[in-house]
Amino acid sequence: MNGEAISFYVFAAVTVASAAVVVLARSLIYSAFALLFTFFGVAGLYVLLGADFLAATQLLVYVGGILVLLLFGVMLTHKLYDLDLRSEVTQFPAGLIVSGGLFAILVITFSKTQWAPGPGREPSATTAEIGRLFMGAYILPFEAASVLLLIALIGAAMIVRRRKEA
Amino acid sequence: MIGLQHYLVVSAALFSLGVLGVLTRRNAVNVLMGIELILNSANVNLVAFSRFGGGNLQGQMFAIFVIVIAAAEVAVALAIILTLYRLRRTPNLDDADILRG
Repeated sequence: MNGEAISFYVFAAVTVASAAVVVLARSLIYSAFALLFTFFGVAGLYVLLGADFLAATQLLVYVGGILVLLLFGVMLTHKLYDLDLRSEVTQFPAGLIVSGGLFAILVITFSKTQWAPGPGREPSATTAEIGRLFMGAYILPFEAASVLLLIALIGAAMIVRRRKEA
Repeated sequence: MIGLQHYLVVSAALFSLGVLGVLTRRNAVNVLMGIELILNSANVNLVAFSRFGGGNLQGQMFAIFVIVIAAAEVAVALAIILTLYRLRRTPNLDDADILRG
């Protein structure tokens, strides 16, 4: 077992175990902090896959942005003296059957499919190439994504703004 | 040797856990966390195919756009959840039944 395999199993275990905590924890705060470890684990998997820029983006955007937003959401939608922050669970057996069945179907499909062997991409620095692709072949989706972010920002501010009662 | 299928199985586990979270939680913020897990599992798939498949960066480019969409989605969803909380004093999805006939 070489170093790559060991680090893969460590990152995979961290990712899946903390994702299970996210889903199963009784408290919202526990879920939010377990989500932190899930994002870190996925970033580690990206590093193993040779996606260095994407791993950094994952840490910046997910851990620095989305997780903080989710924590704001937790705090703003609960009263401060409501210390236990319980999150109720509903229809658990049915959900377990559906997601367990999905997992079984996915794993069976993945293991039975003969994936066409591609040339593969050896891990190497990707940032410069990604920058060239953004300014070249992907310029239209890039601009559309920037406009989408602006619209989402304005829309979120509009929705959440307190309206004066007319 | 760690190959494509190892990563696919990890992403399948992440996806199933996200679906479980979306289906079984009643708190809107928690459902949002499940959706984040699902988006992350799709990203792991895309990057794994980029590494073992065609030998170019297309998968990673798609993963970056997925992250952008996820950021926009969380911002708008939290605005909706906050408005719901202000209206009904609860983050519980079962209580968001104003439109029920």
